Amino acid sequence: MITPVSSMLLVLLASVIGSLGAVFLKLGAAHLKSVWSLLNWRLGAGVWLYLGSSIFYGWGIKNGQISVLYPMVSLGYIWTLGWGRLIFNERVTSQKFIGLGFILLGVVCVGLGSK
Amino acid sequence: MSSQVSNIELDTTRAIAVQERQEAATRRRTVIMVSCCTLVCAAAQILMKIGTSRITHLDPVALATNVPLMAGYALYGVFCLMMILALRHGELSLIYPIISLAYIWVTVCSYFLFHETLNPLKLIGILSVIFGVAMLGRHKAEQ
Repeated sequence: MITPVSSMLLVLLASVIGSLGAVFLKLGAAHLKSVWSLLNWRLGAGVWLYLGSSIFYGWGIKNGQISVLYPMVSLGYIWTLGWGRLIFNERVTSQKFIGLGFILLGVVCVGLGSK
Repeated sequence: MSSQVSNIELDTTRAIAVQERQEAATRRRTVIMVSCCTLVCAAAQILMKIGTSRITHLDPVALATNVPLMAGYALYGVFCLMMILALRHGELSLIYPIISLAYIWVTVCSYFLFHETLNPLKLIGILSVIFGVAMLGRHKAEQ
C-alpha cells in the first residue's frame, strides 16, 4: 500500500490546525482566573481546532498507512516552535532544536517499526 | 574606581547566572510534570481502545454504558485540563513536544496488553523520544 500525497497533505493540514489549537489553549490559559473562566472563547477555540484537526487526520488516514501518517502529526512540534516564537516571544534555543530532533526521529522510527 | 566597576560587573554576571539557574530549574520542573501527565493521556487512549474494541453496533445506550470508553474520555478531559494549567506559565514550544511521550507509553503498553510486536526500530524510536524529552529538560545554561 502506497500512501498518496493527498493523504499526506491532509495530515499535514491536521498538524497545522492542531498546533494552532495548542496556541489558543495557551492564549486561553493565560486568561484563567476562576473555574468559570474555563469557558472563555479562546479555550473553546482551542478545543474546536483540536477536534477539527482530528477530522482532517481521520480523513487523511483513510487512504494511507498509519505508520507513515501518524508520525507526520508530530510535525506540529515544529509549527509550535514557530508560533511560540512569533506569538509568545518564546526563545528558540539549540537545546529545543536538539530535543525536538530526537523526538521527531523517535516518532518516525516507532511509526516505521509499526508497519 | 576600576575595582568598583569590576565589582558591579561581577554582581551582574552573578545575577544573570542565578536567573539562568532558576529558569533551568523551572524548565526541568515543567518537563517532569508534563511527562507525568502524558501517563494520564496514554491511559485514556488505551481505555478508549479497549472500549471501542467492544463496540459491535452503534447503540447509544451501549456506548453510554461502555465503561472503558467513558473512563477513557473522562481521563482525556482530565489530561486536557492538566495541559491548560501547564500552559498557563509554561512555554508552548517546550510543552507541546513532550506530549509525544504518550505515544511512547501507548506503544510500550500495547506490547504487554494487546501483544503487539516490539522490534529494534520501535525500541530505537522509544529511546530516541525519551532522550529528546530529557534533552528539553536538561539543566544547562542556554546559548
